[in-house]
Amino acid sequence: MRNLTCIICPKGCSLTVEESAEGLSVVGNICPRGKKYAIEECTHPVRTVTSFIRVENREDTMVSVKTSAPIPKESMFEAMEKIRAAKANAPIAIGDVLLADVFGADIIATKSID
Amino acid sequence: MTEHDIVVIGGGPAGMAAAVAAYDAGCRDVVILNRDSRLGGILMQCIHAGFGLHKMGKEMTGPEYAAVYEKMVKERGIKVYSETMVLSLTPDKVVTFQGRDGYQSIQAKSVILAMGCRERSRGAIGIPGDRPAGVYSAGCAQRLMNIEGFSVGKRAVILGSGDIGLIMARRMTLEGAKVEAVCELMSYSGGLTRNIVQCLEDFGIPLYLSTTVTKIHGRERLEGVTIAQVGPDRKAVEGTERFIPCDTLLLSVGLIPENEVTLTAGIEMDRVTSGALVDENRQTSIPGVFSCGNVLQVHDLVDFVSDEGEIAGVAAAKYAKGETEEGKIASVKPGEGVRYVLPQRIHTEKAQKIDLYFRVSAPLGKVKITAKSGDTVLATAVKPRVAPGEMEKITLKEELFPLQGEEITVSLEEVK
Repeated sequence: MRNLTCIICPKGCSLTVEESAEGLSVVGNICPRGKKYAIEECTHPVRTVTSFIRVENREDTMVSVKTSAPIPKESMFEAMEKIRAAKANAPIAIGDVLLADVFGADIIATKSID
Repeated sequence: MTEHDIVVIGGGPAGMAAAVAAYDAGCRDVVILNRDSRLGGILMQCIHAGFGLHKMGKEMTGPEYAAVYEKMVKERGIKVYSETMVLSLTPDKVVTFQGRDGYQSIQAKSVILAMGCRERSRGAIGIPGDRPAGVYSAGCAQRLMNIEGFSVGKRAVILGSGDIGLIMARRMTLEGAKVEAVCELMSYSGGLTRNIVQCLEDFGIPLYLSTTVTKIHGRERLEGVTIAQVGPDRKAVEGTERFIPCDTLLLSVGLIPENEVTLTAGIEMDRVTSGALVDENRQTSIPGVFSCGNVLQVHDLVDFVSDEGEIAGVAAAKYAKGETEEGKIASVKPGEGVRYVLPQRIHTEKAQKIDLYFRVSAPLGKVKITAKSGDTVLATAVKPRVAPGEMEKITLKEELFPLQGEEITVSLEEVK
């Protein structure tokens, strides 16, 4: 048995995950996303990582970025190293891929830079 | 002096939502006065995800959420004066500001106050000791890191477990710093539970409750802090002091609505929220002046800031067209277990649905919330748990109106 707090939305439901012969069962969630989160958290936990990349052709300008999908939790620090080493050039639109294929996700811009 | 129907002071989430809502309610002459060089307000430095779950039905980062509203502002051709500092507002709605073109005034029909809030500082909580570099408010450090691209420190202690402090603990850790501890004066965290899980527990950062920083050490750069446990009187308990070496101290010790402009107009204030006293349209004590977002009450979620901006925007558009709300008014007061309720007064004759937002005084388990007028129960709701860090609401349904009585109270009681 494992007790978790759901991190999908600000409600923060208290979840209990039980393991049995039929697999994992979840109680305490008030929506289906909570069940999905609890099972993922017990099998292969994932997180969205956000940071920024320096914009080379604009003075003192950073573009904020995120992983296009959650990545394995244990890979967060390695992903950060890849993001830190990346460079971007304006113009940049929200959603532009600035670094492809980082632990199964892309690093995409979350801010537009003219 | 120029003239405009609606002047919105502030280009953050509240101001943008209010301007768009006012435009869509039929007022075409709306101007936004924005202090920053770009629209979006504090959202632009909140690069983490978690915004928009209510309003947009998906999880977004701060800049992405801001971009949705920035686009709506641009599509409507709403005029934005950026790098503009508003200096004063008069009771007859003359807004004076310093902007790119110098010192100017606008005569408005309606004014929407959406200036947001600022952080409490070291001075406000009176920590003794030296004054070295390395002591930042959490939001200042967030801006330095996320907008300007600086590293703020390598080894940090964070005082205050509100959401900004928790978010910064994760942010600094991911950027390679070691966060030694998050200290919280109160016996409970003011942040969302999900943030304690994903910002502290994920990284093994300890959260010390009933603990504060009692001394700051260092000459040029911060060398460490003394922390100590506090008793029920929130004073340090002798013998519990402990030195933690660090080069960075982040203060996440509360937010103050930025109401200096509001005060220049002599608007009536609420001493608990530090914002204006408003009715259900978010109209202040001066007819035609409205307030919304964090300048009115500090919110937990931007989604609710946008909602509040929309209420103020629609009402400001009506006022500019000459439609004013008349009729009897009742005051809304906090009862047992409730710190404040907003709006603080409501019109009681016209049939309309009104949400009463409130914060509880202390964390509790299962509670029953009751809104009453005299002995008449208007609405009840049951919540599995409540905490001061999470704003609650109770709805007065349309069919209850017209309401009797002059005072409505919202209170709560624990239930088994």
